[in-house]
Amino acid sequence: MATLKDVALRLRSVKNIQKITKSMKMVSAAKFARAERDLKSARSYGEGAAALYKSMELDSEEKKPNHMMIALCSDRGLCGAVHSSICRTIKADLAEAPESNTKLILVGDKARAQLQRLHRSRFLLVFTDYGRKPPQFIEAAHIAREILNNDFQFETADLLYNKFRSVISYETIKEPLRSVDVIANSEKILSYDDVDHEVVRSYQEFALANSIYAAMKDGAASEQSARMTAMDNASKNAGEMIDSLTLTYNRTRQAVITRELIEIISGAAALE
Amino acid sequence: MLSARLTRQLVRFNGRVVLQQSRNYADAAPASQLLLTFASPNQAFYSKQNVKQVDVPSFSGNFGILPSHVPTIAVIKPGIVTVYEEDGTTSKYFASSGNISVNADSTVQILAEEACPLDQLDAQAAREGLEKANQQVTSASSDEAKAEAQAAAECYEEIIKATN
Repeated sequence: MATLKDVALRLRSVKNIQKITKSMKMVSAAKFARAERDLKSARSYGEGAAALYKSMELDSEEKKPNHMMIALCSDRGLCGAVHSSICRTIKADLAEAPESNTKLILVGDKARAQLQRLHRSRFLLVFTDYGRKPPQFIEAAHIAREILNNDFQFETADLLYNKFRSVISYETIKEPLRSVDVIANSEKILSYDDVDHEVVRSYQEFALANSIYAAMKDGAASEQSARMTAMDNASKNAGEMIDSLTLTYNRTRQAVITRELIEIISGAAALE
Repeated sequence: MLSARLTRQLVRFNGRVVLQQSRNYADAAPASQLLLTFASPNQAFYSKQNVKQVDVPSFSGNFGILPSHVPTIAVIKPGIVTVYEEDGTTSKYFASSGNISVNADSTVQILAEEACPLDQLDAQAAREGLEKANQQVTSASSDEAKAEAQAAAECYEEIIKATN
């Protein structure tokens, strides 16, 4: 049986935890409001490249040997299954084709931590120190540049991120990206007016940064909303725990008083 | 190799002929709308809005886009993007660089790396920036840094031109 002091200590620490989760919820609510505002303009940014792929009918599912997967997570946890659902998708894909030459590009510490035990040999680039602040275009451009400057020449690539749907739901999306050669050799490019290889190359390089930027904004909004929900749940659970601990505390206190009274009265009775 | 290229050009040529044949007045009438998406990373100026015409600066020359424009992709050169809206007014924006895609369904995406309405530009700041960029061109140690500084200088020159 716990002594009164043990219960009191425990009660105090749970109360402190609830204070922390409550304020984390407030912070992420504020950050989420901003992320959602940014998302509106960023969405139209991301649709540009997607519209072109669609009208070029480049939607083929087949994977080329040099495949690449770009995972957009962040450094920070405590946000539900946001990061693990991305990593789970990657793990499932890699488990299907263990011999393939698929390489991984990871953004954020969480992705690295979750994948490094199994797929360390596939890591191509890892970007950390990301996710503390709202994503900037310059970060997307930096990632795109590093991908393009890398020796590994990808033919097809998937961009994995969480697409924001509403405050309580997001969807893990695998968005296909195309290399310059795939675009330049597609049949539909012939119906496009006045296009040479240099234009396609510049276009594709900028479109890569665009897609990453839009995905980052979507991912940030999903992450903040998921953190908000997670912290709300944590505060609620802490509240339940506080209720039951307070009950135990009061009962124990009452028992202590009763016991002391019994001791005093029986002591006095023994003296008579 | 040569024959392969020839056939490709032929197909392309044929493709154009077919396209030109299909563009007559009767067909153009129902598709008389141009859905413009014009955005910079921080702000969306137009999001699938109906406009009359858009003039854009590109490395293959400045061009105007009307409904039923032939599909194309292009890269933006620093300069002024002019949007002729449905109600007859025109809006001018400055764009530094980015992508233009015109699709077969008369949707246009203009995605600029940086863009802002023309009246927000500061000519004085641009002149200072130009001086600095020109200094960097002369003092640049590598080819890459030189090219970057030249691109910046070019952009500033266009801003100064646009504000005059």
